[in-house]
Amino acid sequence: MTNPAVFSADPRDDLVSHLPPLRAFAISLTRNVSEADDLVQDTIVKAWTNIEKFEAGTNLQAWLFTILRNTFYSRRRKHKREVSDPDGIHAGSLFTKPDHDGKLAYADFQRAFDQLSPEHREVLILVGASGFSCEEAAGMMGVAVGTVKSRTNRARKRLHEIMGLADGEDVMSDDAQMIAVMGRSGMQAA
Amino acid sequence: MYGNMAEDPNKAKVRLQIDENLKRVYEDALKEDVPDRFKLLLAQLKAKDGSGGDSQ
Repeated sequence: MTNPAVFSADPRDDLVSHLPPLRAFAISLTRNVSEADDLVQDTIVKAWTNIEKFEAGTNLQAWLFTILRNTFYSRRRKHKREVSDPDGIHAGSLFTKPDHDGKLAYADFQRAFDQLSPEHREVLILVGASGFSCEEAAGMMGVAVGTVKSRTNRARKRLHEIMGLADGEDVMSDDAQMIAVMGRSGMQAA
Repeated sequence: MYGNMAEDPNKAKVRLQIDENLKRVYEDALKEDVPDRFKLLLAQLKAKDGSGGDSQ
């Protein structure tokens, strides 16, 4: 039952080393540093006071992420926070021309990412960026693995749409991309 | 699942770029300094617990 080699006897002593990823996850989820910090604060207190619920030898980071995302969603349900733009209709559509090599400009990507729903940001960060498996993400999100996969696909598709990349077609030549961007701004101006 | 060579190479390229950008979003956030208040909070929690540290 014990696997003490890598872990402190008291998992609470390990919390400090998980602060950076916990906060990075919070920022990715909320896209708002002060909201993220409030979440981290709550998560630390909950983790500390419920540490007996942590199963020794399991992934402490996953456990902390779970507390954080559950706190986030239950807060949202309570406050009905400005779910301002669930479909990302408005907000900066001023996408710039990709680099010569067709790379998506990172600033544009961030803007598109910000427009995703938190559920979509969550799944993309957990599975894609922070390196959890679909199975681990499913455990954290309390859903089936299949749901993680389909949500990931929908989130990617949504990103494509927001960035004005037709799903599948994408990476148009610079010119075609430019025309698409101009068309978009034209519509915006009209 | 991703980067299947059978798929349109352009599509694979965009997929890869999106993956890279997603990692960057997370890693940028990871590079941010964690405010001291969290370490203070942990120290306070520990102090409040008194003995602390013999959970089973």
